[in-house]
Amino acid sequence: MDLKEILRQKREDIVDRWFEAILSSYHEDARGPMRRTQAQFTNPVGFNFREGLEGLFDAVLQGMLPDTVTGFLDAIVRLRAVQDFSPSQSLSFIFELKKILRAAAGAELSGDPETADELVRLDGVIDDLALFAFDLHMECREKIYALKAQEARDMTFRLLQKAQLIAEHQE
Amino acid sequence: MSKLPKPAELAKVSYQLPKTGWMDTPVEFKPGMFCHGSKPKSLELVGFPNPREWRPADADWKLPENWKEIIIEGIADRLKKYRSFRLFMDICVRCGACADKCHFFIGTGDPRNMPVLRAELIRSVYRKEFTTAGKILGKMAGGRELTLDVLKEWWYYFYQCTECRRCSVFCPYGIDQAEITIIGRELLNLLGLNIEWIAGPVSNCYMKGNHLGLEPHTIVGNLEYMLDDIETVTGKRIKPTFNRKGAEILFVTPSGDLFADPGTYTAMGYLMLFEELGLDYTWSTYASEGGNFGFFTSNEMGKRLNSKIYAEAKRLGVKWILGGECGHMWRVLSQYMDTWNGPADFLEVPKSPITGTVFENAKSMKMVHVAEFTADLIKNNKLKLDPSRNDHLKVTWHDSCNVARGMGMLEEPRYVLKSVVNNFVEMPEDTIREKTFCCGSGTGLNASENMELRMKGGFPRANAVKYVHEHHGVNMLGNVCAIDRASLKALMEYWVPGVGVCGLHELVANAMIMTGEKERTTDLRGEPLPSVAAKEEKA
Ligand code: SF4
Ligand code: SF4
Repeated sequence: MDLKEILRQKREDIVDRWFEAILSSYHEDARGPMRRTQAQFTNPVGFNFREGLEGLFDAVLQGMLPDTVTGFLDAIVRLRAVQDFSPSQSLSFIFELKKILRAAAGAELSGDPETADELVRLDGVIDDLALFAFDLHMECREKIYALKAQEARDMTFRLLQKAQLIAEHQE
Repeated sequence: MSKLPKPAELAKVSYQLPKTGWMDTPVEFKPGMFCHGSKPKSLELVGFPNPREWRPADADWKLPENWKEIIIEGIADRLKKYRSFRLFMDICVRCGACADKCHFFIGTGDPRNMPVLRAELIRSVYRKEFTTAGKILGKMAGGRELTLDVLKEWWYYFYQCTECRRCSVFCPYGIDQAEITIIGRELLNLLGLNIEWIAGPVSNCYMKGNHLGLEPHTIVGNLEYMLDDIETVTGKRIKPTFNRKGAEILFVTPSGDLFADPGTYTAMGYLMLFEELGLDYTWSTYASEGGNFGFFTSNEMGKRLNSKIYAEAKRLGVKWILGGECGHMWRVLSQYMDTWNGPADFLEVPKSPITGTVFENAKSMKMVHVAEFTADLIKNNKLKLDPSRNDHLKVTWHDSCNVARGMGMLEEPRYVLKSVVNNFVEMPEDTIREKTFCCGSGTGLNASENMELRMKGGFPRANAVKYVHEHHGVNMLGNVCAIDRASLKALMEYWVPGVGVCGLHELVANAMIMTGEKERTTDLRGEPLPSVAAKEEKA
């Protein structure tokens, strides 16, 4: 059977493992609540992570189209970008997928040169995904700095206007 | 091969707390998670203890030698004074119902942000010092010594709680973590351990009457700008009065709405509404702050800052007081003002001069929230409204914790909103009304240096907004709170770009047809009205 087909059949299990891998970067007492992945609004972290990973998994198998992954990636990366992780910690979950896919491909296929090639191709897709994720992470960080600066500006706008330090925009 | 640890290893090593358990794990101060420490000047001005330069991330907090005694005595005092505190120290059964209800826990995944553990921060010390079991058995009975590390942990986590009370809704015993945080912050203030974002506004308010330290001419000047803008939009020049003796009503609102968008549009809304009603009211440049950051430091300070409101009402000889849109302001006014600085028996029970409605609910404190006031006007058909002027907006409603969960004001703002807009969409049920999710920036945590904390804490709220944005095209988030207006803007920009933030009375003023106004072509923000935009498109 085609490797992708095998992986597709094991989707649930693979995404479970991937989800657990990302949860392992949180305190063990926080993981229980995060596992209630149906609770879209009261457990937005678990819900978004789970949904995001499912979407990313499908995208990886499809060879990944940038506009399909952005939303799914965003659901995970945007939050982790403001949590107490370094960039590498924040994004390491993506590489976990390589190991998980290898484990899922299983002994039945190991040694088969075609499967090995296919796995290497998927590794390449995952690497690309990581690069996208890195861009997005940087974008989020820049947004945070921009917001910090902008709030300071907003706060003084009327006062500067009053001191006539800001020219009125004329049509 | 390089010896560098792999990212996956790093992630595992550094983010998991060591196995010692939370009680023995000193807190690590992470950038973006805490605010700047209070400046000596801000503390000195109001006579708070231990004014000095200090930095929260420094090892040495420059505490008085007997700091521990001060805290333990402080706890003893408060156990005597507040029955709620005593009760909350004793009755938690650790059922865990509150554990995952706090927006800060949800957003950070940090167990010490579980309400039950936040309370344990103090409770453990209480057990050790004030219960027989704790004194004898120590840790076995859940007690622990008050050390500098514990104190730092208090500071870090009591400034990661917005006193929103969401957790208390789910506690079978009604344990209110907000009350515990209030006491926790009071204790910290005994040692000068405040944040400048609170201490600064407190001293400003004490000296100048408002958090920003705006002097009378600046207040008047800022309002003048709004009056210019109102004239541009409506063709009407409004002339409000300031500090006018003998006015019927004193209007008090948070100063935040006087100087920063989008709050300014809400303030313009008040000006227009009161003008249209011909209300006999006055602004005060002295009681120029409805909010009360003193409430986030100590009961005593809250009381001191609040006293100017009744004092000014008395000086001006008004009959009653009308309050602008604010969250914590309203909790302080409704739940504390009367006890602190009342009885205000020189005032009359508020009665709307327009509808004749007597606000029985304000019989004692003599102050009415503008959302109640306007709801009554609309109910009695006193306003001419054209909600289609707000047709470019699809609005959802954020219940601000203090007014909604704290004070039960759930229907009045919705009633007003539905009368002034045609497109209103509720957010999912678990995230509104009593169960509303906090903006993540309340209780003086709306500084900029803790932006990461705010974005995490505000994530559950933003997540619900995102849902109605994506599924129903919502593009505006309404609320009746000045801190919301200031802080949700950044939250939306990070999580749900394309959704703006506004106060209720901005929408009211957009829809309200004023006597003798010119044909309006824009809303208060200068955006073309839907009808005009449609015409332009055709042309
Ligand atoms: S009061 Fe609000 S912020 Fe504080 S612990 Fe409870 S839910 Fe969290
Ligand atoms: S819900 Fe109440 S009783 Fe249960 S752990 Fe939380 S505070 Fe304690």
